[in-house]
Amino acid sequence: MSGDIGWKVGGRQGEGIDSTGDIYAVALHRMGYYVFTYRHFMSLIKGGHTNYKVRSSDQVLRHHGDLVHVLVAFDQTTITHNWHELADGAVVIYDTAAFKAKAPDDRNINLCGVPLTELAKNAGSSIMKNMVAIGASICIHELELESLRPVVEDKFGKKGPTVVEQNMEALHQGYVYFNEHFSARFPLPPIKKSTHSLPSARLYASGNQAVGFGALAGGCRFLSAYPITPATEIMYWALAQFPRYGGVVVQAEDEIAAMNMAIGANFAGVRAMTSTSGPGFSLMMEALGLAGMSETPVVVVDVQRSGPSTGLPTKTEQSDLNEALHGTHGEIQRIVLTPRTVEECFLLTAEAFNLAERYQLPVIVLSDLYMGMSSQTIDEFPLDKIHHERGKLLQEVDLEKFGSYTYQRYNADVLDGISPRALPGQKNGRYVALGNEHSGVGLEIEDLATRRAQVGKRQRKLLNFQHFTGIHLDGDVHSPLALIGFGSTWGVMEEARIALNTNGLQVKHIHFSRVAPFPTEEFKEAMKGVQTALVVEQNSTGQLADLIQKEVGFHDRLERCLRFDGDPFTLQEIITRSEQVFPLGVHH
Amino acid sequence: MSTIADFKTEKPTWCPGCGDFGVLNAMQKACVNLGLTPEKVVVVSGIGCSGKMSQHFGGYGVHSLHGRSLPTAQAVKLANRELTVFAAGGDGDGYGIGMGHFIHAMRRNVDVTYVVMDNHIYGLTTGQASPTSDVGHETKTSPHGTIEQPIVPLQLAMAQHCGFVAQGFSGNIKQLVSLMERAVTHKGFSLVNVFSPCVTFNKVNTYEFYRDHLVNLDEEESYNPQDRLAALDRVAAANNLVTGVIYEDLDRPSFAEQLYGYPEQPLTQVNLALSEESYEEILSSFR
Repeated sequence: MSGDIGWKVGGRQGEGIDSTGDIYAVALHRMGYYVFTYRHFMSLIKGGHTNYKVRSSDQVLRHHGDLVHVLVAFDQTTITHNWHELADGAVVIYDTAAFKAKAPDDRNINLCGVPLTELAKNAGSSIMKNMVAIGASICIHELELESLRPVVEDKFGKKGPTVVEQNMEALHQGYVYFNEHFSARFPLPPIKKSTHSLPSARLYASGNQAVGFGALAGGCRFLSAYPITPATEIMYWALAQFPRYGGVVVQAEDEIAAMNMAIGANFAGVRAMTSTSGPGFSLMMEALGLAGMSETPVVVVDVQRSGPSTGLPTKTEQSDLNEALHGTHGEIQRIVLTPRTVEECFLLTAEAFNLAERYQLPVIVLSDLYMGMSSQTIDEFPLDKIHHERGKLLQEVDLEKFGSYTYQRYNADVLDGISPRALPGQKNGRYVALGNEHSGVGLEIEDLATRRAQVGKRQRKLLNFQHFTGIHLDGDVHSPLALIGFGSTWGVMEEARIALNTNGLQVKHIHFSRVAPFPTEEFKEAMKGVQTALVVEQNSTGQLADLIQKEVGFHDRLERCLRFDGDPFTLQEIITRSEQVFPLGVHH
Repeated sequence: MSTIADFKTEKPTWCPGCGDFGVLNAMQKACVNLGLTPEKVVVVSGIGCSGKMSQHFGGYGVHSLHGRSLPTAQAVKLANRELTVFAAGGDGDGYGIGMGHFIHAMRRNVDVTYVVMDNHIYGLTTGQASPTSDVGHETKTSPHGTIEQPIVPLQLAMAQHCGFVAQGFSGNIKQLVSLMERAVTHKGFSLVNVFSPCVTFNKVNTYEFYRDHLVNLDEEESYNPQDRLAALDRVAAANNLVTGVIYEDLDRPSFAEQLYGYPEQPLTQVNLALSEESYEEILSSFR
């Protein structure tokens, strides 16, 4: 498709594939294109196949796209591994000095050998062969080389003007060589000034960065975390930004410590969170219960990856839903948010802190590798929606009426179950936050009536939960056909819905941005008139479909579309599965 | 001025004669002597008989999870640097399930005082072998005698360059109060390991045993607590049966002193909202 170009660079891990992809993606972003990236990598440092996909368009993108039009291959594996994604007539740029490219079959693909290493040497150093390849790509897109200069200056400026010029020269060498030797082109359309947001105001962000920013904007000033793929970038972002605004980041010794630290900081009155992925999330389960039992606010971000156990540690999945909903022994109340987009990673992480304090319980934000690590162009972060609501937080003056030891932190008589919270340092507010069942003043008890009263108190907290998160509805609201999903699959499902619509199949798209408390009424409303729904989720059992069946039923109307091999959904497989399950009779 | 009464709550539920009473008294007296007020003191305890400390001490508290008092306590202190923070637990809590956090708390050096009520036994679960049980100690889980080498907390702490290492005895409150005061005053992580006899489940490591065997290094003029290697030798030579300030490093900077950008005021007082300029700064990093 013209104006919507898939580009990919691949090679052995450790060859600078990520930085090549970054430079290319940021360059096109800065030129005013919408880019959507996806990184495929392995759990090792050197060797193994890695690739970096960048889809570019002058229109908003919601997905990294199925097709590759330009493949930069630093080895034969890259060609073989990615061959099936290549569009008809696609270009493969490979280094003639490194290997002789072989086509796996006789499809119409242009294997374009470019002496990348030699041209890089001409420019100053063989290390710049990736820049030569980018230069060739710029030729294929029929773009101006000079428009890459700001990115090259950002990237190499620290190393001095000579290095900047050498890199510009490497780009030039690649551009000129390709222009002289090959005719295949995949042009990107010129950027029109009339697009709905000013290109210069647009942002390039990943879900992980958006989570970090959302936390900071939401008032978080303490992050405790343990390094884990694919969540570590949240820590990186926080390390770079939190200290500038009075915030602290602690690298904990493990996720158990990380979670208990976040609870401790929240107990002291600082908005605090921890960020992790599946294995770390599992280690946090006992402390999640402590937060629930002690009614201490805390925010946990789980950037899901393929499980169980170590699973596929560098691949995406949405299989921690059940754990987020039910994890920890005993019974606690919790809120589970499932942002759909990078913008929602920002907004819902910020909002998680309001919810955690208002309801005095753990709030879990479920992201995943696909959303967390895919940098993309967005129009803006919804800064105007940021607000801070601290719930029933006492001031010292409120506590004056209490003498010593009469303040009831866990007063079970409050109608909404949410009893006002004092903070250490406040006179007359003394209490113990505890995981034992307890009395109103926070002493452990074992008597039956108090136990019943306290369980009831905690369970009342979410009874009348109202919040802007819940269900998002797109498409034809009267359609008897629905696509249903949660979290990061929104983008690819939305593109599938639009494509189905173009093919004459009117479908509505129901998407969850919150799964606990379950938005029952909203969901039932959205399901009105639906005869067949396809629940699309990135796991092997259909955890969302199971949840829907448990909460509201619809057993006879739900079909499942599952993927659990580690790769994110392609657009085509959702379309194909939709066409299988949706009765043809409803074609318009 | 606060008094002991200000740091008391309801009557503790420990067995009569339990060593933990002495530890509680010493913590309370030390806080009074240091001029602290109850609302500015937080005790974070783990699980076990010693874990009841947060409920029996008249300050704010967190009765946290088994073995997890230290992460919680460090975060409380980092969140509000104006608070005095104790972590409290037993030998099972701190040197068994929580050992990892102990080592890392010493690496990190957050200004928290860690009080371990070391009775060489699991008390609340009615008498199983603990990480500090002596070799040969017969318990419910070591019916033929413990066959594992006990942990020596003082040596571990000194090996890890813990900035303040002390050991006390519940039978010597006066010394214990002084150790607690010095530990609280020390800038950085401090360990006070206390021989706190379990009168119900440990018939070996009794008050009498300690009175007969302990050597008080505070009273030994030639002992220099700033000589780490000599201290390690001395503890080994005495088979760990020593009390006093065993080691102190007056120069080691605390976590807070080194933490990049750590604000002067408590994090609890930092404005939640970002200014327009701050937003603009951050947004420019996304362009």
